[in-house]
Amino acid sequence: MKRRRPLVGLLGGCVLSGCEGAQSAADPAGRHAELTAGLFLIFLGVAGVFLLAVVVFLIIAAMRRKSPLSEMTLGRMLTVWGGSIAVGLSVLTLASYFTDRGMATYASTSTSSTLRIKITAQQWWWNVEYLSDNPSQRFHTANELHLPLNTAAHIELTSDDVIHSFWLPNLAGKQDLIPGRTTDIDILPTRTGMFRGQCAEFCGMEHALMALQATVETPAQFAAWRAASLQPAHEPATALEVAGRDYFMRHPCVACHTIGGTEANGVIGPDLTHIASRRSIAAGTLPNTLGHLEGWIADPQTMKPGNRMPVIDIAPAELHAVSAYLASLK
Amino acid sequence: MFLALFSVACEREARVTGSSLPESTPSADTTDVRAGATAPLSPDPRAREYEGNAYHVGEGARHYEEFNCITCHAHGGGDIGPALIDTNWAYGGSIEQIVATITQGRPNGMPSFRNLMTPTQIWETAAYVRALAGQLARDVPPSRSDTMSNGEPLTLKPGQPAMNSDGIDPQGLK
Repeated sequence: MKRRRPLVGLLGGCVLSGCEGAQSAADPAGRHAELTAGLFLIFLGVAGVFLLAVVVFLIIAAMRRKSPLSEMTLGRMLTVWGGSIAVGLSVLTLASYFTDRGMATYASTSTSSTLRIKITAQQWWWNVEYLSDNPSQRFHTANELHLPLNTAAHIELTSDDVIHSFWLPNLAGKQDLIPGRTTDIDILPTRTGMFRGQCAEFCGMEHALMALQATVETPAQFAAWRAASLQPAHEPATALEVAGRDYFMRHPCVACHTIGGTEANGVIGPDLTHIASRRSIAAGTLPNTLGHLEGWIADPQTMKPGNRMPVIDIAPAELHAVSAYLASLK
Repeated sequence: MFLALFSVACEREARVTGSSLPESTPSADTTDVRAGATAPLSPDPRAREYEGNAYHVGEGARHYEEFNCITCHAHGGGDIGPALIDTNWAYGGSIEQIVATITQGRPNGMPSFRNLMTPTQIWETAAYVRALAGQLARDVPPSRSDTMSNGEPLTLKPGQPAMNSDGIDPQGLK
């Protein structure tokens, strides 16, 4: 028996390490995910007890060589078996009920004020808009969600083209985004950290490269990020950045993208006002570095074939200038 | 035989996402913009590429909406801009001529899209405009509209000769 222990330990370690991570429903960091994970553990426990009981019973039955049991013993055993099924099912039913009630009410019972966000899914990225009754407090970002700790966020979800699905396994989900109608989901983060979300409904060629980065931070950090996001874009400081901005404004870039504080106000592609502050480009496809940015602008169709960003016939010097300008938009 | 049939079908559906043909192919950026111009532009090798491919025409339908063609031309029926579903083409109805019209703009309101769209996008849009007028092979245009429509699908639209505003078929097909 002693020799088997390391093996069991290794297996257990593997199973547990599979639970942790930036994209795992078994490592909850939000109320919705905690409830889901709790319900899963209850189901796992009850099902495990029954599986164990059946296996033990079968082993005993197979090893028995005595005469058949009396009617009375059989009857008693059946009563015990039936009773335990009833208890098990009641536990599962009650757990489901309370989980459902918990999901329906956790956002409304949270004490702090509610944050309103609108997410419009498009092939193949997430258009995120922070809403406010005051129009000057609204702003857009893309493929990135910042959430303050212990504050409920009410997220409105819709789609511009096909059905997508919102899923941040550590925080909440799934909830479908359906063109022509608005669905919603509440997130109440309970732990700070970086989490990865993923479109969970097949939506076309680049479904797999449609990720959403969520950052849960302290309310003070969130307020600072929000204030920075409300600022217009950074003015170009060097000659190279000026050349990049001029190229951007006089070429097809300007038709699809918005850069706050400039004449670029296209709404087809992601808002680029603070693109340099984001962690990734092209919906989590590439880390946001100058090199990746240049590669992406030079040939987006090789990195993410089929995406809506067209190949532009851009000269190396111009590419360098535009990339420098975009990388300066902190 | 079967393989040949398969390859024919594949060409129609192929999704060419990058540029398969060099965009630097010299295209006539300045043409005769006189209304009723009869001289067709010299044929461009890209014409078949874009007109014969369902993916390009579908992308063109998206550009048609996103670049606000609808504002003036509606869904092809015309509004403050001319209709695109009839046989009249003031500046020519071949894809080369439509590309030139979109690229350069035309008097009395048609803006130039040279610096707003890439050449690929302009070619795709022109191919879709040709589909609106029933100028493409019937297996190429989308069979369903993305918008509300009570008209027949583009695949059922009968082919029509493209004429200029004087009622003359510039390609001599009439």
